[in-house]
Amino acid sequence: MPAMSGMASPPASASATTADAPVPQGGTAVSISDFKFNPATLTVPVGATVTWTNNDEEPHTIAAKDGSFHSPGMDTHGTYSFTFTTPGSYDYMCSIHPFMTGTVVVTK
Amino acid sequence: MSTENDPGGMTRRQLMRHSAWFGAAVVLTVAGGEVISHVAGSSGAAQQATPALRFAQISDSHIGFKGPANTNVTDTFNHAIGQINGLGYTPDFVIHTGDLTHLSTPDQFDQVKHMLGELNTPHVFTVPGEHDSTDDAGQKYRQAFGAGTRGDGWYSFDVAGVHVIGLVNTLNMQKLGHLGADQLEFVEKDVAGLSSDTPIIVFSHIPLFAMYPDWGWGTEDAAQALSYLKRFSSVTCLNGHVHQLFSKTEGNVTFYSATTTAYPLPAPGQGPAPKPVTLPAGKLRDALGIREVSYTKGQQALALKDQKLT
Repeated sequence: MPAMSGMASPPASASATTADAPVPQGGTAVSISDFKFNPATLTVPVGATVTWTNNDEEPHTIAAKDGSFHSPGMDTHGTYSFTFTTPGSYDYMCSIHPFMTGTVVVTK
Repeated sequence: MSTENDPGGMTRRQLMRHSAWFGAAVVLTVAGGEVISHVAGSSGAAQQATPALRFAQISDSHIGFKGPANTNVTDTFNHAIGQINGLGYTPDFVIHTGDLTHLSTPDQFDQVKHMLGELNTPHVFTVPGEHDSTDDAGQKYRQAFGAGTRGDGWYSFDVAGVHVIGLVNTLNMQKLGHLGADQLEFVEKDVAGLSSDTPIIVFSHIPLFAMYPDWGWGTEDAAQALSYLKRFSSVTCLNGHVHQLFSKTEGNVTFYSATTTAYPLPAPGQGPAPKPVTLPAGKLRDALGIREVSYTKGQQALALKDQKLT
């Protein structure tokens, strides 16, 4: 697995790995498959850490439309996690394939 | 030989010097999507003329890709480079239309830049793909390939009487490819002083025509850019991104999508997503290739010749 440069400086509350990340328990996981986020809309309580896993052969990213979080390119089986500390609705997309969109709703 | 982007360095004098080396035996013209070959001298005076400009296009090398669709993209890219070096003439330049790397890592940029340095040509030009700007709005791309470019990496130059424009449409995307106001203004001013009979060539990664917008295969504000080119008698747009050959003519503009040196993608709408296609053993190279492009003074259309990877 090549080094991913973006991993050197992820956002303070984010982490990214290329493989073998712990599988999140409960409803905080988003799977990426066939260029779709599943679930497309995920609702979590404030403070939850959401983990995305790329199951495609193509790389994807997680990029908040408001710029509040942005993963590096996640290769096949790569994961990215972000902890949501503020309630609200966060629309995001894959910056490589911007027709892929999803939303995380963070409740109080 | 140079690996540097050098949009300002291609002078007409250099081109005329290179043109002395040319000796075309076969001319391929593209008319209505059909490729027609003529043995020089066999059908009219136009075919006897020596091309004023010859260049090669490669695209979508995706250095760093490791999937089953191509387990050795370095090897196939090397073959493409060797095939260009074996054309029997020195192309005036080689254009790589983006997705040089797979994941925009510094190592991948170093590797692809080093490999492009093996091309036997005085100039290598590039435009970025979205894989070359996954997480930094193209900073690493411009560090490696942006010398002499303007804005976020766009440029233009004149060669052999042809005006060439390299565009960046993989930044600030919402759904489709995106040029943006600054770049549109650049195009408008860039061509303002040109005579309408100047042949125009435009490079971009993502198609400037709507090839399949549901998969992002189009550019949202391309119509604005093309409106500035409407008065020109010959406009040729060359793109990558879709990993397959395709051509389309709209008025004075002809669009040509190039294939890849890495792995095929499905035809538009075939399947759920533009996922890499794993072909049966031995079939991969038939889907990969290189492209030759030539321009002969006095001819309206450029001549294109696509070759499978050998």
